[in-house]
Order: sequence, then C-alpha cells, then structure tokens
Amino acid sequence: MTTSTYLPAGLPAPLPAVDGLDVPYWEGTRRGELLVQRCGSCGTWQWGPEWLCHRCNTFEMQWQPVDGNGLIYSWQRPWHPAHSVLRDFGPYLVVLVELPAAGSIRMVGNLLGPADQQVVIGAPVEAVFEPHDDAEHPYTLVQWRLTP
Amino acid sequence: MSGRGIRGKVAVAGIGETTYYKHGQSPDAEFVLALRAILRAAEDAGISPREIDGFASYANDRNEPSRIAAALGIPDLRFSNMQWGGGGGGVAAAVGNGAAAVAAGLADCVVVYRALAQGQFRRLGAALPDPTVSGDMAYLAPYGALSPAQRFAMQATRFMHDHGVEHGVLRAIAMASYQHAQANPRAVMHGRPLDAETYDNSRWIVEPVNRLFDCCQENDGAAALILVSAERARDLRQPPAYLLAAAQGSDQRRGAPVMNAPDFGSGSFNTVAPRLYEAAGVAPGDIDVVQAYENFTTGVMMAIVEHGFCAAEECNDFFTLENLTAPAGRMPLNTSGGNLAECYMHGLGLQLEAVRQIRGQSCNQVPNARLAMNIAGPMVTPVSSLIMGSEETL
Repeated sequence: MTTSTYLPAGLPAPLPAVDGLDVPYWEGTRRGELLVQRCGSCGTWQWGPEWLCHRCNTFEMQWQPVDGNGLIYSWQRPWHPAHSVLRDFGPYLVVLVELPAAGSIRMVGNLLGPADQQVVIGAPVEAVFEPHDDAEHPYTLVQWRLTP
Repeated sequence: MSGRGIRGKVAVAGIGETTYYKHGQSPDAEFVLALRAILRAAEDAGISPREIDGFASYANDRNEPSRIAAALGIPDLRFSNMQWGGGGGGVAAAVGNGAAAVAAGLADCVVVYRALAQGQFRRLGAALPDPTVSGDMAYLAPYGALSPAQRFAMQATRFMHDHGVEHGVLRAIAMASYQHAQANPRAVMHGRPLDAETYDNSRWIVEPVNRLFDCCQENDGAAALILVSAERARDLRQPPAYLLAAAQGSDQRRGAPVMNAPDFGSGSFNTVAPRLYEAAGVAPGDIDVVQAYENFTTGVMMAIVEHGFCAAEECNDFFTLENLTAPAGRMPLNTSGGNLAECYMHGLGLQLEAVRQIRGQSCNQVPNARLAMNIAGPMVTPVSSLIMGSEETL
C-alpha cells in the first residue's frame, strides 16, 4: 500500500548519522513519538541533535518525548524547483516551528493543507507523523498542521 | 589602537579579473581562469608574479596554492591559507587572513583569489543529487528546504516580520546593482537594465522574500587581489588601498543545527561589525561607499542594518534607489553591479570594486571616496567584513 506524503517521492531520504547521534529520534518517529534532546545534568533543551550540552558542556544529553504543540516562528513558500522531482509540483510550504514547552527549540517541517493558504507567524500548530514505508530505508517525517 | 592590529600596515597593490561569463560559458578551464586573474593582478600592481609568496582563499576553492605556485614558477611558497566554512562569507576573512600574514611577516606578497567554472563542476544553487542525507540536512532536505535560497529564507522572513520591512527594500537593493552595472562594461548584465515593473513581475523563487532578481547570478570567472606591506605598496604602480581592519566570525550558536541560532532573524554580523569598527577606528557615518555581498537581497538588508547604517525599523525609508546609487546617494551600494548584475565571483569582485573606489577608478565613482566597506556572506557562519581606506585615512 502506498503512503500519502506531502511532497512527491524522490527527495533525499533521511538516514541516521553514521556516528549514531540521532538514531533515537528516527526510531521514535517510526513509533509515532517525537523525541528531542534535553540535558540530563542542567535541563537545557537542545535541537538539532548534538553530543554536548551547549549550556553546561556535559555529555548528558537525553531523549525526551514532547507533545508536538508548537507555534509558527517563520515560513516560506518555495516556487522554484531546486530538485528534479519538484518540477511542475510547487509551490509548497515549509515552516519553522518553535516548541514553547521544550525551551522554544525550533523544528522544520511542511505545513499540511493548501499550498496557497495564508501563513501567520505565531499561529499554533501540532505535529503529524508522515510515514514513508516504501522507502529503501523506511522513515517517518514529522509534519505540522494548524491546530484545530 | 592596539599594536596587534593590521590598521595601515598592509595594502591592496593589485587587482585582476578574467572576463566574467554566465555559468557554463567559460572557454577556459577553471584553473586557467585562476591563473589569468592572478597574472593580471600582478601586472596591475607592477610586480613579477614570482614575487607572490602567499595564497589565501575561501569556500574550498579547488585551485590549490601548490599547483598555482608550480605553474607560476614561484621560488619560495611561504603561506597557504584556506578560510573554513561560510562559503562567500569567507571573502573579507580571506583578505584579512592574507593581510595578517603580511603584517606578521609570514609572507611578503599574498594573493587572495577565487575561481569558479560552475559549468565544469557542480552548480552552487542546485540541490545535492544524493539519494540520502544525514546530519543537519536530514532535517531540511526531505521537506524541500534544499537550495541556499530556501535555507536562508526563514531568517529573512522572520527579520522582515519582526521589523515591519516591506518588499520595496529588496527591490531597491536589486535595482541599485542593475543600475550600476549599466555603466560597467565588465558586468554580465551590462546592457540589461532592470525597472521596477520588471522586478515586480518577476517570478517567485521563494515567497515571501526572494523574487528572481533578489537572487545572485551563477557565473564562471576568476578574480584576484595582491596584498603587500604598506611600505612596499607606496613604491608600486597603483595608489594603495590600505586595510584598516578586517573581522570575521558570528554570534553565539549561529551554527546551532536546524535553524536554532538564538538571534535567528539576522545576517550574523551582530558581534562582527562592532569589532570591525573598533579596530578600524571609524564609525558607520564615516564610510563613503559600501560593497555588500548579495547572495540574496535579504542578506544585504540585514547586513547593512547590523553594520549600523540604519536601524531595522528605518529600512523602508533608508533603502531607496536614490540613497543606494552613486555618485550622490546617501550610501552608494554595490557600485560595480555586485553579485546580482556584475558577476557572482563569489564576492571577490566586490572586493576589487572597493579597491577601485579608493583609487578613484570605478565606473560609478563616488567623489572623493576615502573609506570603503566590504561585507561578505550574510546569513551564513562565519561571515566577515573589512574596511579599506586611502592614504589620508591612516
């Protein structure tokens, strides 16, 4: 069965880093769980994945589930296709979402829904899991939709 | 003024460039372009190319100093330097690195160079063709955030939202470059003027910030400039353009992955610019002409604000075609046509133009220009900027 995805198949697929840094994130999204980093020593939230806490410089970064409620911090609507599979497809929406409950870290994803919708900075959004089961190395992306 | 600074100790003595081509149209191999630009810079300075004993470049230029030194027959290679990271953000840093080497006696004659033949190698503006991605790009590319235009749009959108900036600011920046290019026969866009209507009707590359004319060209060509000590420069063919200061770097956690820099909506100069002015001993109001790297017009806007030429809330009034154009504008900007309309020589062409302004040799000369600023690589990390001055500014 083909899964439904926001962007066409054939864009670069994510692979966990070879050094293992972000394996828990990608395993989590497959389970429908959004995990981000938080320092086990000082409690600082951190994103994207890093080995060291930037605040206390300990190697105590842990993976903590978050509820996936965020606010649109910035956005863009690309029209020009920077990749061959996007030719004759666009425009589409990419949003930068901050998570107030997780130290206001920011995550990038697509804003689901019509590509021509008006996007408002500060609007509440929630995470949606988008599985790519047919990929050579199956993965799940975290996408965003306006909170009803 | 600290004795450790470079102020007044080093000067640009020669500049050279090849013909500038649209990307893929160079008849010469990229390495040949590099050699041609370096030879012309040496000729402009009035020195033998064999006097060159140091090399500085940036953005992983493919033309290595040892190969160039062998080709030129240089007897004693003393300095080979590559500025790490930041792509075009390394231009002014590379000049600063070369100047530091001369000031410290590590080399006597350093050439700063950049050569690009994008038709012979990968285009900078296209997505990597890899089927899989890891690291930072694993959190961007699958969402269609692939090209530089797409990766930088988020910063600019946020900046314009925070400060109420209108799109006319970006149009003025683009039109200033195109207007200047019409007087510059070297410019790829010479003979191709841009009016407001054409700009407004151009297609979106990335809404709501980048229309077609907000994006730099991609070109083939090479440029070079030669740095020597101030004493040596005074004996050479051209009026010296002295380095007053160069600064590079970025603010705290600018490189935080996946767009998590704390001061996100910025061009990355908030700590660099104050250091630059302090080292040069001048203020924004002293600067006569500005060359500001246009990867995108949005980056120019933020870089100009962060270098203190106007407040963020003043952008809509400050960035007008009248204010930005030579000879009489309040802040003449990108007087060769810049990356948008002269040539995307990865920013080095803008450095050459700053030298011309100090010499009084620009196609769009600002009368009595004594202090020229050069800003490199907005929105990346590290970024860099520098200030050049004429003899009377020392």
